[in-house]
Amino acid sequence: MNFLLRIWRQQNRHLKGELVDYEVTEISPDASFLEMLDIVNERLLDHGEEPIAFDSDCREGICGTCCLTINGEAHGPDHPGAACELYMRMFNDGATIYVEPFRAKPFPVIKDLVIDRSALDRIVQAGGFISARTGSAPEANSIPIAKHDADLAMEAAACIGCGACAAACPNASAMLFTAAKVSHLALLPQGQAERSERALKMVKAMDAEGFGSCTNTYECEAVCPAEISASFIAKLNREYARASLKASLGE
Amino acid sequence: MIGSFDSKIPGGPLVNKWRAHRDHSRLVSPNNRRKFEIIIVGSGLAGGSAAATLGELGYRVKCFCYQDSPRRAHSIAAQGGINAAKNYQNDGDSVFRLFYDTIKGGDFRSREANVYRLAEVSGNIIDQCVEQGVPFAREYGGLLANRSFGGAQVSRTFYARGQTGQQLLLGCYQALCRQIATGNVQMFPQTEMLDLVIVDGHAKGIITRSLTTGKIDMHAADAVVLATGGYGNVFYLSTNARGCNVTATYRAYKRGALFANPCFTQIHPTCIPQTGDYQSKLTLMSESLRNDGRVWVPKQIEDCAKAPDEIPESGRDYYLERKYPSYGNLAPRDISSRAAKEVCDEGRGVGPGGRGVYLDFADAIARSGEETIRERYGNLFEVYEKITGENAYEVPMRIYPAVHYTMGGLWVDYNLMSNIPGLHVIGEANFSDHGANRLGASALMQGLADGYFVLPATLPNYLAGQMGKRPSTDHPAFQETAREVRERVRRMLEVNGTRSLDSIHRELGLLLWDKCGMARNAAGLREALEKIPQLRDEFWKNVRVPGRGEDFNQSLERAGRVADFLEFAELMCLDALERDESCGAHFREEHQTAEGEALRDDDKFTDVFAWEFRGNGTIDAPKLHREPLQFETVHLTQRSYK
Repeated sequence: MNFLLRIWRQQNRHLKGELVDYEVTEISPDASFLEMLDIVNERLLDHGEEPIAFDSDCREGICGTCCLTINGEAHGPDHPGAACELYMRMFNDGATIYVEPFRAKPFPVIKDLVIDRSALDRIVQAGGFISARTGSAPEANSIPIAKHDADLAMEAAACIGCGACAAACPNASAMLFTAAKVSHLALLPQGQAERSERALKMVKAMDAEGFGSCTNTYECEAVCPAEISASFIAKLNREYARASLKASLGE
Repeated sequence: MIGSFDSKIPGGPLVNKWRAHRDHSRLVSPNNRRKFEIIIVGSGLAGGSAAATLGELGYRVKCFCYQDSPRRAHSIAAQGGINAAKNYQNDGDSVFRLFYDTIKGGDFRSREANVYRLAEVSGNIIDQCVEQGVPFAREYGGLLANRSFGGAQVSRTFYARGQTGQQLLLGCYQALCRQIATGNVQMFPQTEMLDLVIVDGHAKGIITRSLTTGKIDMHAADAVVLATGGYGNVFYLSTNARGCNVTATYRAYKRGALFANPCFTQIHPTCIPQTGDYQSKLTLMSESLRNDGRVWVPKQIEDCAKAPDEIPESGRDYYLERKYPSYGNLAPRDISSRAAKEVCDEGRGVGPGGRGVYLDFADAIARSGEETIRERYGNLFEVYEKITGENAYEVPMRIYPAVHYTMGGLWVDYNLMSNIPGLHVIGEANFSDHGANRLGASALMQGLADGYFVLPATLPNYLAGQMGKRPSTDHPAFQETAREVRERVRRMLEVNGTRSLDSIHRELGLLLWDKCGMARNAAGLREALEKIPQLRDEFWKNVRVPGRGEDFNQSLERAGRVADFLEFAELMCLDALERDESCGAHFREEHQTAEGEALRDDDKFTDVFAWEFRGNGTIDAPKLHREPLQFETVHLTQRSYK
């Protein structure tokens, strides 16, 4: 297959970037999108040009490293799935394909298609955990958890932390990411002690990083490779309201 | 040799060793802990859990990972589950049984004391993870669910959908985040360790390179912990993440740490086969598919190019059913893998490149209906279709074995310290618990056992005598090691050749896969030992690494890793050649039973092979040390799952 790629090239976070055209030929429809980029890079090297920087690691959709906006969609057209799970047979022969990094103000470009997503780590550091000192845990079966609650917690916990939600959102909101973690831990009995504090701190950290607010466009849900439901955002709103109310009552 | 080659296994009965060892281990008081700095390289299950726990105890921890966040370490990709001897199913499980299954699964090539300790702390891991909020699968009554896994007759595997590794890693990542927020742990993402610094015979620091700026930095500490995972990517194609590499452990080896059993590499029988030369990794499909799928290839080479439905029943060779009538398609991992390689070597493989065998569900669908098969394996069929574009309900799946775990690693004693004082090694990066073959759902268990419970208890045995001995990075050893690292980077960039990095790595991978993969023999290993140095020469004369060192340079990053694989590969083949027996995943064709099972030679090889670096390029260069394995509790038997 042959394609015209228009790829975002940017030397570093301070210089301006631009879309550069690359004609790419003889690509197998069975190649993954990232393998197609590997081939492009090999050919660039053959011509003494600098390869395109892009991030990936597991290449099976679980580590959340890859972060490409393909034809304007976070992770490309084959939802649900990360960019590494996209195969060239999804495109028409001869197609023009736009490849850009995830776009959101809190995700500055490091180089070409590689971005800095440490903002997401800082949201978790603000309170996205249960303080369980190693060695102090009670016997695992001492607290039964209803299967429904455990399954729902798992649905939220499945987030791979890629940041596609913020990239797809017109407001660059990281609500789905934050909601997934707040919901996961709030649904479990072990998460109750820090439940209110966690919701307040994580939302505060999210705002401090410069992510926007949620206006219910559901773009996040549409691109999420882990199929996290936007209903968790409603859950986050309830958790936040509950925590604010408790705080205002001095509890 | 630097340091000591004493396994330091405590005396006394097996069941009391760990308790007695803890009772008599040294301690560092809470006030003094903040005076110690500990470097941890790697943030997967082992490194992440160790960093979180040591930070929580009050040590000052610096944790390094090459990924952009500690949450992305390759532990995240583990699917199946984690073993623990909880006996929640009341089916007769116990610490002893988990211990015995692990020793037997490892084909009697691991240490009794280490494995018993692993089984002992397995229950605490589940407690800890549940308390952190890991959403394990549960029964309707709210209690934890279990599933059964290979190599065991009890159900002791805890799981979270098919994403157990992800959930365990996120639990430990969150604990780590809490410590980062308190300031006890300082995190260095996108930073790669390029060398180990030895001061007066002790590991006291590392040299790193920032992957975003290219800056070379020196970090001093009171102790260094490597938790850098396995070396499966030496084969180029494996189920490992792209970035997984041997550099940290290999650099430590070159500084004097012993490398143990490097030839013990596990190959998983059911992966999606390679489709072309451009392929960058292999994807695992759950082994459970073999419960309903029948494995076959055409009888005639001429039929291989035909569509499977054009090949009549009489033209198909259901080779597992033919060769192993009692086990059939459920033959053990190593046997199924080797059998697939054999038929493909005969030219009867199917699909691109002839490297695949059919896994056919037609009979199961005819028997139970498509709906039933969809309920059992629907998600796997979807993954398969996404990658191959084929509908496995209509055409048979194609599968092929792939490398996915390495049992070998740096040699450690009972305290998880290598022979270099101060250098500790945990998780897949060490060699200690799985012998010659790892059982399913045991990798996650070992990583977390090491990080949460073992290392935090044993590290003070070293630290207690080291108060105030942390050198400054002005020490000549730091300056000299950093100079060597810079020099190496410079040399790599100066080669300025014409051959692509991937093509060299791919050639190395093919050679190893062929000569040191599922089946090995002396002639093939000798051939590989001749070819690897040539390929290494080719690298240093003709590789093309563009760009600069002081920059974000992904080519340079990968070149450094490939350069180390090119040296390490030789050690692996040498180990495979010297171990003139078959055991577990190490199958020497010269040593097999009439049924094709691995034939051990317990008189000559009931020991750990630990290699000391003394140069590359000649077969007798590295020096072999042997640690005899003492079996006081279990009796060595022919491993059989029939």
